Amino acid sequence: MPSLKDLRSRIASVKATQKITKAMQMVAAAKLRRAQTAAEAARPYAERMEKVISATARGVPESAPAPALLRGTGHDDVHLLVVCTAERGLCGAFNSSIARLARDKATALMAEGKTVKFLCVGRKGYDLLKRQFGAQIVETVELRSVRQLGFEHADSIGRKIIDLFEKGEFSICTLFYSRFRSVIQQIPTALQIIPVELPEQEQEASDFVYEFEPEPDELLSVLLPRNISVQVFRALLENAASEQGARMSAMDNATRNAGEMIRKQTLNYNRTRQAMITKELIEIISGAEAL
Amino acid sequence: MATFPFELVSPEKLAFSGEVEAVVVPGLEGEFTVLKDHAPLMAVLKPGVLEIDQSATQKKKLFVRGGFAQVSPSGLTILAEQAIALEELNAAQIEADLRSAEEDIAAAATDEARRIATEQRDHLQELRTALQI
Repeated sequence: MPSLKDLRSRIASVKATQKITKAMQMVAAAKLRRAQTAAEAARPYAERMEKVISATARGVPESAPAPALLRGTGHDDVHLLVVCTAERGLCGAFNSSIARLARDKATALMAEGKTVKFLCVGRKGYDLLKRQFGAQIVETVELRSVRQLGFEHADSIGRKIIDLFEKGEFSICTLFYSRFRSVIQQIPTALQIIPVELPEQEQEASDFVYEFEPEPDELLSVLLPRNISVQVFRALLENAASEQGARMSAMDNATRNAGEMIRKQTLNYNRTRQAMITKELIEIISGAEAL
Repeated sequence: MATFPFELVSPEKLAFSGEVEAVVVPGLEGEFTVLKDHAPLMAVLKPGVLEIDQSATQKKKLFVRGGFAQVSPSGLTILAEQAIALEELNAAQIEADLRSAEEDIAAAATDEARRIATEQRDHLQELRTALQI
């Protein structure tokens, strides 16, 4: 049986852990509010961008040559998976569920005989994927030193993707991130960004014809690269909000579990203490009786 | 004067949304003014000053960069990578930022850092040219 001192120190250590998880939960809650506002503020831009692109793409006649970013290169044998994860752990299943989605997709593609390459954004995703796909990871972007996520960070990632595309390194690009639904629900999502998946044609749009300035194909060559950065930016913001949400609920659970553990340990401690007192009393009494 | 709905969106936020009378847009091929019932148009913008007339007395000026305008029967939408209200800018601050960007370029250790600093400088120079118009 553990001594009283052991039990005391065990309780103290669980209490210290509980304090840490409690603090982490509160920090995550504060950060979540900011990340959530940022993610929600970015949504209108990405949505409008989609509308503009689909309207412009309709302005390009089917027969005319269109930028490869829009229609694809005509091949689908090399895939690039851009996996966006967090830089830190201790946020429940957040990182592993994104990595799992990407891994499943990669395994499925490889079974079809396609080549798969990875671009990892965030250290955790790299850590999770390097064991199985180490040689296929072409690049890792770390955002560890970034305090406030800005458009320029997404832009530099977008530029890397376009550079690789123009060098013919891949023909289809899919973005993996976690969409923020609520604090307890984050949905790992795969989004194809090259070639662009256009939403279904809206009825309203066919009623009028746009004038373009400059020509639609030139316009698209400006718009499409920007769209990639915008989608990456949105993914990063959604991810940031999801990460904080996941961390908050994970830490809330941890705090609750620690409380439960403290309760059990304290009960055990008191029981042991009482047992020892009783034992001592019995010893004294039986000693006195023996005289 | 008749008004129409106008929205200015940047990746960080919805910078402006509301009914306006006229908007002067710095198009890549020249400035143009959008009034109510403008013909449907898609245009790339050059870095420059966007003028919003909400009413005869209420006017607003913003600097936009990396922008794109869509005029449809349902109104005008401008997507801009960056949108700053002119009153938030002042020449001395820009000059100071420009100098620090130059220093960053000189001090940059990696190609990536140099690229970012150069971009920063170019943006500031665009800003300066736009404001002197």
